Amino acid sequence: MRARWSWLRCAAWTTILFLYLPIGVLILFSFNASRLSASWQGFTLDWYWMLAHDRSLITAALNSCLIAAVSTGLALCLGVSGVLGLEGLRARQQDVIESAIMLPLVIPEVMMGVALMLFFVTIKMPLTVTTVILAHVVFNVPLVMVIVRSRLRKLDRRLTEAARDLGASRWQVFRRVTEPLLRPAIVGAGLIAFTVSLDDFIVTFFVAGPGATTLPLKVYSMIKAGITPEINALSTMVVLASMGLVGLSLLLQRKFA
Amino acid sequence: MLFVVPLFIVLAVSFATRGTYGGIIWDFTLANYLDLIHPLYGRILGQSLLFATMTTMLCLLVGFPFAYYIARAPRRQQSVWLMLVLIPFWTNFLVRTYAWMLILRTEGLVNTLLVNWGMIDQPVQLLYSSSAVLLGLVYGYLPFMILPLYVACERLDPALIEAARDLYASRVAVFWRVILPLAKPGVIAGSILVFIPTVGAFITPDLLGGARTMMIGNLIQHEYLVVRDWPLGSALSFVLISVVTILLTIYATGGRHLRLDEVTR
Repeated sequence: MRARWSWLRCAAWTTILFLYLPIGVLILFSFNASRLSASWQGFTLDWYWMLAHDRSLITAALNSCLIAAVSTGLALCLGVSGVLGLEGLRARQQDVIESAIMLPLVIPEVMMGVALMLFFVTIKMPLTVTTVILAHVVFNVPLVMVIVRSRLRKLDRRLTEAARDLGASRWQVFRRVTEPLLRPAIVGAGLIAFTVSLDDFIVTFFVAGPGATTLPLKVYSMIKAGITPEINALSTMVVLASMGLVGLSLLLQRKFA
Repeated sequence: MLFVVPLFIVLAVSFATRGTYGGIIWDFTLANYLDLIHPLYGRILGQSLLFATMTTMLCLLVGFPFAYYIARAPRRQQSVWLMLVLIPFWTNFLVRTYAWMLILRTEGLVNTLLVNWGMIDQPVQLLYSSSAVLLGLVYGYLPFMILPLYVACERLDPALIEAARDLYASRVAVFWRVILPLAKPGVIAGSILVFIPTVGAFITPDLLGGARTMMIGNLIQHEYLVVRDWPLGSALSFVLISVVTILLTIYATGGRHLRLDEVTR
């Protein structure tokens, strides 16, 4: 038995290494003084310094934050009310609606980008930051619902029933019982939605108009123009930001689960 | 509903005609689907399916030992391992794929190391190949495989394995006759969750692949944003969505025991 355990452990560590190695290489290279080769030629912060002076980059970053913040807010409102609404339905109806809502989570992103772009074009809505926000709401709502719902399932139903019995209105029950109990899940879901929105490339690629460049779109166009150390620096910041947000969200969800 | 309506628009557009300047002319035609019979499209579709199948199999091969190991680890360790898998899962896909370009390109890490160690004289071409795309896909979608496999393995009762061992089953027999059948829902769910996004992958083949490794996702993007032939692009999208729907139906019937929210929790 012992031999097999060590074999498995080895495989597990190799897998983790495989998952993190590229990220590590990326971070390391962003501090490498060499412009062209992969050999280490000393530590530098030059590439970060250059980024700080790039106007279009700062605009893109602000765009990204705005889109992520607004779409997360909307997704949280829709998602949480959606989850609560689902609870009231019969099991069969729940299943049907649930699978329709979960669709954006499982279909290829290219499909989603295409569908949303055609939708906006058909209703003659110009492609701007607004369309990007709406598109992000579409994929963030199911995300919020999945996370909040798994928490709601674990809640004790009797708590809300007791509150109702004691004469609380529906809104009071939500404000004073359900929402506080769900809060870790809601915050966790918000953080994940924010990260996913911040990171999304494909859907944004299809629905963004000329004025709506986000950080991932910027990274993509920079990569397409040729690999430079500035991209490494920018990517490092993007990766660290999303890893931080996700880590925080996971910790929150586990701590209160 | 926010999402179902746009999908129907795609279906409608796939039967329309392309306008002179790339718009949509609404008249019913099957021409777009007939265009798809062209061997080039067939090749790209076939290639996408092949890539997705190979990625799924490789993910299963890499993911199973890992999922099994963490499912058998002590409780406290399990959540740490899971965090380690979930963090890259939610982290920027574009940037993670880009990191492989740094490793694989001609002036990249692998070539530099190999040349420095004297193992090769000239840098070899690693990037822009099918293997690079495959590597990128496995890397990108591995967590989708690990998570459902973990859920399935975690439910597996260790007493059953011990019983099998007590009854003199070899390790291989335990794996094939006890572990694998019990983990089957996880295998099905994981395979489908990997297969679906890989068959429509865009970023990975776009960054790591060359002109010969185009996949259907790239073709759709090309038709929409470069050629601006939206009806043809829509027809392609519908071929893709049909493949996905078939798989989701299998998931809904076969992998029913595993809920999506348990998997992505």
